Amino acid sequence: MSQVIAKQSKPLPDAGLDKGVEGLTPEKIAKTLQAMLKAEGGARLAAYVNTCAHCGLCAQACHFCLSHDMDPAYSPAGKVKNTIAQVVKKKGKVDAGFIREAARIAYTECNLCKRCAMYCPFGVDVAYLMLVMRRMCHKLGVTPQYIQDTAHSHSVTANQMWVKQDEWVDTLFWQEEEAREEFEGLRIPLEKEGAQIMYSVIGPEPKFRAQLIYQAAALFHAAGLDWTMPATPGWDNSDMAMYTGDNEIMGRIKRAHYETAMRLRVQKIVMGECGHAFRSVHDMGNRWLGYKSSPVQVVHALEFYWELLRDGKLKLAKKYEKPVTLHDPCNVVRGRGLHEMARDVVRASCQTFIEMTPNREHNYCCAAGGGVINCGPPHKPTRVAGNRVKAEQLFRAKADGAQVVIAPCHNCHGGLEDIIHSYGLNLELKFLGDILYECMEKP
Amino acid sequence: MKSPGDWEAGKRQIADLSLWKETFSYMEEPYAAPDGETLAAVVQTGEMEFSVCVNGQPWEAVFDKAWYPRFTPDGRLTALVSQEQQWTLAVDGVAWESGFDFAWNTQFAANGQGLAVFAQEGGEYKMALDGNGWEEGFSDMGDGALAPDGSACAAVVQVTSFSEGDIFTFKKGCYTVAVNGTAWEQAFVNCWTPVFSQDGKSVATQVRVNLYDYTVAVDGKPWDATFPCVWEPLFVPGSTSVVAPVKTPKGWTLARDGKPCWSSFFVQLLRQRFAPDNKTVAAVCAPKYGRWTVAIDGNPWKSTFDEAVWDVVFSPNSKRVAATAKDNGKWTVVCDGKAWDEKFDMVFAPVFSPDSGRVAARAIVNGKQALFVDGKMVAQDFSRAFDPVFGPQSDRLLIKGIKDEANRLVYSREVLVL
Repeated sequence: MSQVIAKQSKPLPDAGLDKGVEGLTPEKIAKTLQAMLKAEGGARLAAYVNTCAHCGLCAQACHFCLSHDMDPAYSPAGKVKNTIAQVVKKKGKVDAGFIREAARIAYTECNLCKRCAMYCPFGVDVAYLMLVMRRMCHKLGVTPQYIQDTAHSHSVTANQMWVKQDEWVDTLFWQEEEAREEFEGLRIPLEKEGAQIMYSVIGPEPKFRAQLIYQAAALFHAAGLDWTMPATPGWDNSDMAMYTGDNEIMGRIKRAHYETAMRLRVQKIVMGECGHAFRSVHDMGNRWLGYKSSPVQVVHALEFYWELLRDGKLKLAKKYEKPVTLHDPCNVVRGRGLHEMARDVVRASCQTFIEMTPNREHNYCCAAGGGVINCGPPHKPTRVAGNRVKAEQLFRAKADGAQVVIAPCHNCHGGLEDIIHSYGLNLELKFLGDILYECMEKP
Repeated sequence: MKSPGDWEAGKRQIADLSLWKETFSYMEEPYAAPDGETLAAVVQTGEMEFSVCVNGQPWEAVFDKAWYPRFTPDGRLTALVSQEQQWTLAVDGVAWESGFDFAWNTQFAANGQGLAVFAQEGGEYKMALDGNGWEEGFSDMGDGALAPDGSACAAVVQVTSFSEGDIFTFKKGCYTVAVNGTAWEQAFVNCWTPVFSQDGKSVATQVRVNLYDYTVAVDGKPWDATFPCVWEPLFVPGSTSVVAPVKTPKGWTLARDGKPCWSSFFVQLLRQRFAPDNKTVAAVCAPKYGRWTVAIDGNPWKSTFDEAVWDVVFSPNSKRVAATAKDNGKWTVVCDGKAWDEKFDMVFAPVFSPDSGRVAARAIVNGKQALFVDGKMVAQDFSRAFDPVFGPQSDRLLIKGIKDEANRLVYSREVLVL
């Protein structure tokens, strides 16, 4: 882990990164990073950094590296070498230019998808290492502008989209009113203490994709479930602070989420189709707070749909006709193993299912996850160019007959939308909830 | 809480909910008054016309929308209502004269007197106390609080506007707390969970002074010390002194006025509560990773639970503590460190008897609600129940619940002799 690998690409402008490094001095950098290495850089960091044997197996696992003709600068080991390994080796004595570049790599060229960890013979978790690098950048105030703004929104509103409290409630009223025109007596129950389920969503749903709340309400209504949604902050399960490295805000918003559910005395949280939120609720935010698991059972939408169909609570009137393929979101597949449940639901609801290859836990990331899409327009070219292999994968599925890609994750949707348009794939993109809503028996 | 007047043993039917369902085309889940004499639910009374049904009779006033029906601690019935696109609070069927573009988040004073709501008017945010909105509005509003005697209200407010994406102005500090509509002079990066002192004259809040340093501000002035994180502050009753959990290099501990006041440190520390004698403090803590319990004056119970501890309740004599805890997927009640044998799918906050000798709790088991006293079931099979209330002599328990009786859904009030 000694030499820096030369980069093939030019840094893109980003106000958060560019202005962030302006005030940095070598002394400030060293002091901040040494303090962090002492306080948070434990055995795990040392073991991972020192264990890498540079075997290169991780390179073939990374969509960025595969999409850049195996340029070693994009390999997971190369990214480690160019970022956190240098910090460890130099005991934090790095300059502002290094931090600018390390931030760019850690925030925009790694999706924290953990595919490489699966292929590493030693199980080195590069996602963890990139998160440590991001945490250091956060501590230095060098974070991409757009995702930092999202973290600020989390800190103020406990949601990622600056959705104000009245806007949230009003959106639920609006969706309930619309849905009542289709489903007599449908209700989106607010603040129903003692309900069995709290349904939680991510910020973009009330902001841009309110129809997903409508569709979820239709499923709950048809299945006759005892559910509620909060009228207070704590409704958003998402977490970009987790990805900026602001662990304190990550813990704070996870507290808000769990404690909203506990205040309402629900037995479980069912969450919409979001991958990173599941990681935050079930893996990272909980651990920062001291919970081994989450204090309230958390069920991802994929598992929820599967249970509804298994228990006969949701009945389908028809099958979706267009041939579909399925994108496996990293956080709920590699992170939770929900891939077979997803396939069961797809097969139950769609006439023709065409696997994309590779699939299940070997699937390629969408290149939006890990907060990369939240770094905003300045970095869109990076993630689109860095996921040519995804475009090729989708193209093969299309060649096999797929017309529709099902992506049960918000960030995957955003990322795949860009891949599909940028590479001219002409595929439709849907949530699994879109398919179920279309095919369900409507009471 | 208003003391339930009728303590004569026996059961009395208050409402036939099956009849309500036959009468109204739409009905939401009902809520019971503290004394159990009244049951209320939002109902639809006509096309796009809603009201609140009280013991079978809807309020005379009807609205375009009604939601969040809740009783005050002294037994008045409130609901958030809208009429002709104006939102307000209705109390016992009478809407406040003032209306807003939106109103939500009803706040109840501990003594039952004051009522406040969050309100938005013309894109500006404010609180309205007993119908009177703050004169000045703010561009956004966060957590709010109402003084225990209902005399004042406060909320986190945004005092400097910035565009979405302007991370640089944000970092300068754009938020503070407004008390009765007047913002503190000093602004912070963030403020959370303001809380009033017992006399309603002081307000404390969590603040983030930059992106990394947290502390508590009291009446606008931050503590001298900062920490990597803090949680909700709480005034020491009868004083302007404030305690809050703070994170230190050794772990979480309780700080008073900026200085650690406990010698013990935890993986996590939350939700501190003072005993009625104002001397003892109890809080939820994790003495080690993934194990949860209650710490009293810094000393954790020996028994720990693997998923969560939530409610922490002191007995009236300040000598006992009851908590709710989740272990291995099931909730239970823990009294003085000893868990009940009974396990539940969900449990509600435990209630002590006035003599501090008994503990009651409402729980959910297999989809039905039941009531337990000292771990023994005393009533069951409710489709919906409400928190139990002990009689003044501690020998009786008021049970409020809805049951299926002879194919009728019936709400009854029952006084059980223990």
